[in-house]
Order: sequence, then structure tokens, then C-alpha cells
Amino acid sequence: MIKFVSKPKTSSYDAVIVGGGHNGLVCAAYLAKAGKKVLVVEKRPLVGGAAVSEQIAPGFIFSTFSYVVSLFRPHIIRQLNLVKHGLQIIPMETTYNPIPGDKGLVRWADAGRTRHEIARFSQKDASLYSEFGLAMGRLSRFTKNIIDTTAPQPASLNPKELFKLLKMGKIFKNFDGNMRYLNVKLMTMSAIDFLQEWFESEPLLPSMAGSGIIGTFMGIRSPGTAYVLLHHYMGEIDGAYRAWGFSKGGTGQISLACAKSALSFGAEIITDAAVDHIDIKNGRARGIVLENGDDIKAGTVISCLDPNRTFLKMVGEHELSENFITQIKRYKNRGSSGKVNLALSRLPNFRDGRPGQHHLKGDITIAPTIDYVERAYDEAKYGEYSKRPFLNIVIPSLSDPSVAPPGKHVLSAFVQYAPYNIKEGADKWPDKREAFGNAVIDTIEEYCPDIRSCIIHKQIISPWDIEKMTGLTEGNIFQGELSLEQLAFLRPVAEWSRYRTPISKLWMCGSGTHPGGGLMGAPGELAAKTMLTEGGV
Amino acid sequence: MPIKSPFHQRTSQFCQSMNWKDWAGYYAVVSYDTNHEQEYFAYRHAAGLMDVTPLFKYEVTGPDSLHLLSRIMAKDINKVKQGQVTYCCWCDDDGKILDDGTVSCLSQDHYRVTSAEPVFHWFHQNARSLKVTIEDITSRFGILALQGPLSREILTHAAGGDIASLGFFKLIDSTIDNRRVTITRTGYTGDLGYEIWCENNDALVVYDAVMESGKNYQLIPAGLAALDVARIEAGFIMNGVDYFSANHCVINSRKSTPFELNLGWSVNLNRDSFIGQQALKKEKKEGSLWQFVGLEYDWDAYEKIFANFDLPPQTPAQAWRTAVPVYNKNGKQIGRATSGAWSPILKKNLALASIKTGNFTMGDTLHIEVTAEYERKSCPVTV
Repeated sequence: MIKFVSKPKTSSYDAVIVGGGHNGLVCAAYLAKAGKKVLVVEKRPLVGGAAVSEQIAPGFIFSTFSYVVSLFRPHIIRQLNLVKHGLQIIPMETTYNPIPGDKGLVRWADAGRTRHEIARFSQKDASLYSEFGLAMGRLSRFTKNIIDTTAPQPASLNPKELFKLLKMGKIFKNFDGNMRYLNVKLMTMSAIDFLQEWFESEPLLPSMAGSGIIGTFMGIRSPGTAYVLLHHYMGEIDGAYRAWGFSKGGTGQISLACAKSALSFGAEIITDAAVDHIDIKNGRARGIVLENGDDIKAGTVISCLDPNRTFLKMVGEHELSENFITQIKRYKNRGSSGKVNLALSRLPNFRDGRPGQHHLKGDITIAPTIDYVERAYDEAKYGEYSKRPFLNIVIPSLSDPSVAPPGKHVLSAFVQYAPYNIKEGADKWPDKREAFGNAVIDTIEEYCPDIRSCIIHKQIISPWDIEKMTGLTEGNIFQGELSLEQLAFLRPVAEWSRYRTPISKLWMCGSGTHPGGGLMGAPGELAAKTMLTEGGV
Repeated sequence: MPIKSPFHQRTSQFCQSMNWKDWAGYYAVVSYDTNHEQEYFAYRHAAGLMDVTPLFKYEVTGPDSLHLLSRIMAKDINKVKQGQVTYCCWCDDDGKILDDGTVSCLSQDHYRVTSAEPVFHWFHQNARSLKVTIEDITSRFGILALQGPLSREILTHAAGGDIASLGFFKLIDSTIDNRRVTITRTGYTGDLGYEIWCENNDALVVYDAVMESGKNYQLIPAGLAALDVARIEAGFIMNGVDYFSANHCVINSRKSTPFELNLGWSVNLNRDSFIGQQALKKEKKEGSLWQFVGLEYDWDAYEKIFANFDLPPQTPAQAWRTAVPVYNKNGKQIGRATSGAWSPILKKNLALASIKTGNFTMGDTLHIEVTAEYERKSCPVTV
């Protein structure tokens, strides 16, 4: 356990990082490793941002917000010694789709078994499923090159940029014809349309399409969601693509490992230290001012906050050009998800009739039909939370007993849709929170009739709560949606996609920068490496 | 978890060694005893009975079934008459092999296909607008392979109909213990053998009847380990070992064409269009990049390699399938051996290999990698 303090050791640093989210911690670790004097400033009593573990009920450790990991870059794990600092990922091997009145669909690690499961719904889908995995794997490999380097600049004539574009182009060229078409389709289609070129049955289709809408304000039929699907396919654990896992001890352990790594390289971290604004003079950042009035000077200031909060709150509109402000305001942060965390006295009984618990150890997705998921989105469009939402549920205590007392369990339900801007106004969320939570539990009850009798404690988090607790604007979990028009060289805005900002000596390192969100650590790492090579710190 | 075939009650009873593997999602016996040798010798000197239910099986019926199969298969299925079975392969548009298997003609407009991998979606995709019904019957039928020199006699006692004169790659409808079965004279051991199709409900009765008939002929249940040795002796390729389905190839260079696998004889190029025809015609004209050959190890040299360490020569306990490089006489790698085994009946170390065209002629001496006492050596082999 680390004991954090809230007062920095000195009042001047090479770099001060605003916000102790995992990207900020990764950035700090890389900078400190390179010999810089770094301070991370976090407003909450714990670090991690949206990747935190909290004991909401005695003996129960919740991954409050982010609940699974896959995209965390393996080279960062190695370079920052995160395993030594406590990182442990337990693979999630199954995906279970319960359906009312049916034993549902389980996709297992075993290909043969999965084929038999899918065959109950469609022979064709069963026959084709493994080929799809292979095609996505090849595409992911292409996209992986993009997420592990700084965003290419297509408008640049700089030879270094052209070379990078050429390298990407070469990979694209090396695809055979079909892969090229596939790639283009993936970039433009909706998740469902893309998947329907391969598959025909439910719940396979809505279940797979679900990965295309996570953290977006789009539906599975919205163009652009096929890309988000690919983004989630890029995850890998120990070399296995499309593998997802739990962090032992909850997602917060990942952030803690990053924090310990940063500390081991000599960085400092303070908590319970909210930043009021970034101190700027003559267009240049000089440090930060805390809410308690403390002044901390820094050669470079790095914001791990989302672009909206960084520029509109911490910097202030008066420091920025009209054009830039407009673009930042257009940057889409539409929070669309909520979280319901339950402490359970025992495992609930699914009414599907499947024996055993094996199929419950991975993720459980409530998305029985395409229309179901689309209707959940319909409600959100008009400012309501979904009465029957898309749910992605995990019960990590089945694989990691350390997060609950013996025999008891933690259930984490990721919920879409819960729009930040409900029609009554976002600030009315506290009034609706209980009803929102009940809608989620009602939905779970359709599959586990005894769920309510198992609940010892519940935590209901709306996007408004996410914003209040973590600072994420509008509660968008990715610090801005992962839609193509705000990715890569357009993230967060055109011309400012290399972690720099219009303010001299002010940089950015959160998920609102390339390559985006998903607990990757990549923005933090690439920001640090860019600063180090370009003399930013 | 794998599922049980309709014969599982019997095979699990006999499999005292508990040596199973997962074959296409089914439990399949690797060897009934702790060692596969007796089962191999049964295949070669008496007969062995093997459960090959995990093969993917499809029924293709309807007025356009011949049309569909001729379109998909590299072989002209028009040549396959009622009561005939054929071994063939099928390819994608680039002429790259997807799988190999058999096509049986039960009657007009009624065919059955077996394959190593699921192919249901491929049939469907190519059947659009055709009047054909495709059914996956993998889990409706069990198949027993009865292989070995005495298999004819055993089956003649067990089954009705004229088994004795059933020709090579022919089929008949028959009965075993009053249960309807389809019998084909086909197999994967390179010797006399039959495959018996029966419906799941009849599986145990059929199994028992065949075993009973085989009692006086030393028929024993035999597993995959024994089969692997036999098929390598016969020079038969295996999907996933000697070649990879184009659907599973991460890179293009891993794909193969029928010509590169010695299956050119099964390709009928000059007929109505079929999938891959153009690409295959081009390759026939221009030549293939690879050749599939058999390699025989020079035993004296092999023995010497181990003798240098004061070791007796080590013949592999079972067939192997981890590929090893093959070199020309100058030490340049020109290919790879993908499966191999010690052949008890030939008393030779054998391997099946893919060698780049232009680097050898039949009868040449090449070199194969052999690891002895943790050191990589090379042993001469004859193509």
C-alpha cells in the first residue's frame, strides 16, 4: 500500500502533471525514468482516475469505473517494470449471452466448443466464426502499428512524416485485395452492417456488435461503429489477440503499479490536491495553482485531463484562439454510459439452466437481439436512460476471490445507454439515479430472478457522477468518443494531435490524445516520449 | 469441453490408457493402450477399427447438387457416378487449397461430402440461386473406419450385400445387424479398408457387430497415433500439418495449391468453370513454386549422428509433425519436412516434405535437420 501525501516536497519541477489518471502516471514514469523531476497532482485521495479500485462496502473491492483490461500496451508493461510493481492480469475466457427462455450462447476459449454453441443458432455462423477471428486479427495487426506510434500527419511534407505514412501505406499495400476492402469497410460501416456481411444469427450479432458502441453515443446501426469494434479487437494479453482480462485486485491495481513505477524512478505524486488553474503568462505555461492557493512552478505543465476540461477550465478561453476554442467545444464528449456495482451475498441464479459457474467467469452481455440494443439507443437519443439497457457484466470475484469475502461476490455492470444530457438537464441526474439503478437491476432480474435477494450493497454511477468524481467531461469514459473524425491526427483537434497545445510548455497526455481511450497507457507513453525527443521538458 | 461421438460408450471402455485428444471438438482416442504399436500392427497385419465421426459431413441434395459440387471441387464431379466415391480438394478463387476430402454419389441429386474443417458456409455462399439443399450431418451420423488386410473378410461377415466385390472407392447401402449403413471402400491407411456410416441411434449396435465379426481375425480398436504412422507411410497429406487451409493462413506464402501438394491428378482443368480454375490453369502453365515429396533417411548416416554421442539411434516414438528444415547439398534451406515417422514395415525413417521447385530432381540426395543430444545436425535423405 502506498501512502500518498498532499503537499509536494519542493515548489518547482521540470514537469507537473495535472491529474493522476493512468496515462498521467505512465507519462510521469517515463519522464522520471529519463531523469526529469516530475510531480503528479491528483484531486482525489487515490490515483487512477477512472481506473481505480475502491472498497465501497467493507470487504468488497469494486473496480469503480473501468472494469476490464486488454489494450494496455505490452511494451509499457515491460519498460516500466509493472509486473514487479504488482500488475497481474487474469484472462477472461468466456463471453456469455443469456437469452430469456433459452440456455443462451456461450463463446469459450475452446474453438470446437464455441462452434457447437453457435451452431445451435446458425450452422453458417458456426462454420465461419473462426475465420472472422483471423481476419480481424490481421486487421488489428495493421491498426496496432497506428496505436503504438504518434499519429501520422497526412498534411505534412516533413520527410519523417512521409516515411511514417509510407510505412503504413506499405502495410496496407501488403494486404491482399480482400483485406484492403475489409479495412475500408471497417472504417466506414456500422458494427451491425459490417458483422452482417459475415453472420446472420442472434444473439451472436448484437453481442459482437456491442464492442462497437462502448463509450460512444452511437448505436450498433450507426456508421463508424465498426471501427470501434476493431479498436476492441486490438487488445492482446501475453501475445494473444482479442484477449481480455481482469486486473487482480481490481482495475485500480493497474494504476497503482504505474504509480509505484513512477515513484521508483523518482517521481512524486500528491493526492487530495485539486488544481484550480494552470498558470500562464504571455502564452507560456509556468506552473499550476491549487485550489488551496498553493503555487507550484514547472518548466513544463502536462494535462492528463480531457481536452474540454484542460482548455476551458484549466487554461481559460481568454488564452486561446477563437478557432481553437470552437474546435474544442465541438470535440465530442457525449457521456453515454453508467455503472452499477453490486456487493452480493452469494452468486445469483441464472434461470438459463446451465450447470456450473464456468460460463460466468468471463463477461456476461445482455444483448439478446439487434432490436433490443438499438431500442436502448433510441431512448438515449431523446434524453432518457434505457429502461432495458445493454449490459456488460462481470463477476470478477469468480476468478479473483481477493475482491470479496469468501463465498460472496462483486458484480460490475457497465450500462448503456445513460446519456449525460438527460432531457431534464444533466444536473437532475441525482434525482434519477435510483430509478436508473433500478432499471438496471430490473433488467438483470429478468435473467436472475433472485438478484435482489443477493444484494448487500449497491453503487449506482451515472455519467454525471463520473464527471463529478473523476472530472471526465460529461462522463465520457474515453475522454472523447472514439469516432474516426476525432482520432489519430484529428485527436483532439486537427494540428494539435502530437500532445502539444497552443500554449507553449503546456502538453497533454490523457486519452483525449492519440491513440485514444481504453486503458492503453499509450497516450501517456507517447506524450512522454514525444516531449523527451522534442525538448518539451 | 469436447463432445462424445455416438461410439463413445465403446471407445471409452476400450481406452484403458485414457489417452484422448480433441479432434474437431470431439473426444478422439490417441491410443487405446499406452503405446500405439499394437494398433499400428493391427492396421498392417489384421485390422483396426477407428472412430472417425469427427470428420465434417455434409449432405448435398437437389437438382443442382451436381452443379454446386462441380463448381466447388477442383475435380469434375460429373465423373462420379452413383455408387462411387472420389477423393478431391477444393480451392479459393486464387487456386489456393481450402481443404481435401471425399465426395460420394449415393444416387442422382444425392451426394455426401466429408472434410477436415467446417465448410458449410462455403457451400452456402456458392449455392445462391441454385436449387440445392445442404445439410450438416456431422452430428447425425457416426463413421467407423475398418482398415487392414483382413477388413474385407471381417466386413463380409458383418454386413449384408456384396462386400467381397465392392471396388476401390465404391459405395453400397447395406445393413449390419439389421441396421442401415452406407459402406465405402475408402480409408486413410493406404491399405485395404472400409468406412461404415450409420445413424447415431444404431452406432453401438453396429460397433458391436463389427467387433464381434472381427474376433477371429484379431480386430482391435485403433486410435489416431497408429493412423498417423500409417498415413505417412502411405504419403497422405494432412490439413493443418502438411498444408494449411487458405482460410487460416496469416500470410500468403503459407497457402498451397493442389499442384504443390501432389494433388494435381485430382484437378480437372478443362471443363465448365469452377472456383480457382483460372488461377490453377495459370499455374499449370507456368509451374508451381513448391513440390510435395517423400524423403527416406539414410539409415547409416542417421545412426552415425547418434553414435558420435555414444548413443543408440533414436527413432521417433510416434509420428512427428513439428516441421524441420530441408537443405540442399550446399547447406542452403530449400524446404521443410512437415510430418514424418519411423515406418515399422519398411524399416525406414520417412518424412513428407515441401521443397521449392528447381532445387532437386527425384532420387536426389538432400539433407534434413536432425537434433541429437541438443545439437542440430543434418542427415542425408533421398527424394
